[in-house]
Amino acid sequence: MKFGVIIFPGSNCDMDAVHAVNDALGHEAVPIWHESESLEGSDVVIVPGGFSYGDYLRCGAIARFSPIMRAVEQHAGDGKPVIGICNGFQILTEANLLPGALHRNTGLRFLCQTVNLRVENTDTIFTRALKIGQVLRLPIAHNEGNYFAEPDVLAEIERNGRVLFRYCDEDGNVTPEANPNGSLNNIAGVVNAAGNVLGMMPHPERACEALLGSDDGLGIFRSIVGEF
Amino acid sequence: MPKAKVTVTLKEGILDAQGQTVKTALEHLGFAVDDVRIGKFIELQIPDSVTAEDVKSMSERLLSNPVLENFRFEIEPD
Repeated sequence: MKFGVIIFPGSNCDMDAVHAVNDALGHEAVPIWHESESLEGSDVVIVPGGFSYGDYLRCGAIARFSPIMRAVEQHAGDGKPVIGICNGFQILTEANLLPGALHRNTGLRFLCQTVNLRVENTDTIFTRALKIGQVLRLPIAHNEGNYFAEPDVLAEIERNGRVLFRYCDEDGNVTPEANPNGSLNNIAGVVNAAGNVLGMMPHPERACEALLGSDDGLGIFRSIVGEF
Repeated sequence: MPKAKVTVTLKEGILDAQGQTVKTALEHLGFAVDDVRIGKFIELQIPDSVTAEDVKSMSERLLSNPVLENFRFEIEPD
């Protein structure tokens, strides 16, 4: 499969994603500049982490209006896979491709650490290679990772199993202590109603090689390409 | 040239961690304060042709995130 990795001014996890797909997963990844209007035939779009537009005004608030986003929205509307990682998740919520919003971590600190994620739903293209209750160790690096959604929106997300990952302890228990940033219901990643758009704050593309500390992120990419 | 003054605030009920921290800091300085909420102030110099409807649209589409924030604005003529 071909993965298109969007690069905005200020993105910095784009080449990590390209490397993860090319070298760890063994599929093709191409970088796509945000001013392009074409996804170059990509099967999967990755909206990567970083600080698009310097996080000016709000994280992702300006990137969501970049020229490439028209094509990304079309791609999502056609039911094709889109994965937003960290700043990418923020951009997708600002673009209304995912519900809710990410705001300032409750501890007010930029968090740069490894977290444990509990897999909550394996009925999606992003998690079908995984098992419910499986714990993934992935890095986070963010200041605005606190997931919020209005009560009725949150209820709908939960009712329909659209939470894919929750922060948990190493044994998979979802506890307040395991929540690094104050996200409601320890939510770390959600999928849209159609199941083709995923947003997650932790970085699976930075955990695809054991040499870098964890290869737990590879399962998500293997799920997408159906190799498991 | 007219000026649009837009104020963006966090919605009620959303935890304002920054505001809480500032409240604590003010208390350490000996001030009494019941609550602090922190927002944004955006000032736009606009041509005469730009209307209040336009500023409202700017505020809804870009300047604020409707999930988390409210906005209000006033326009000062020249």
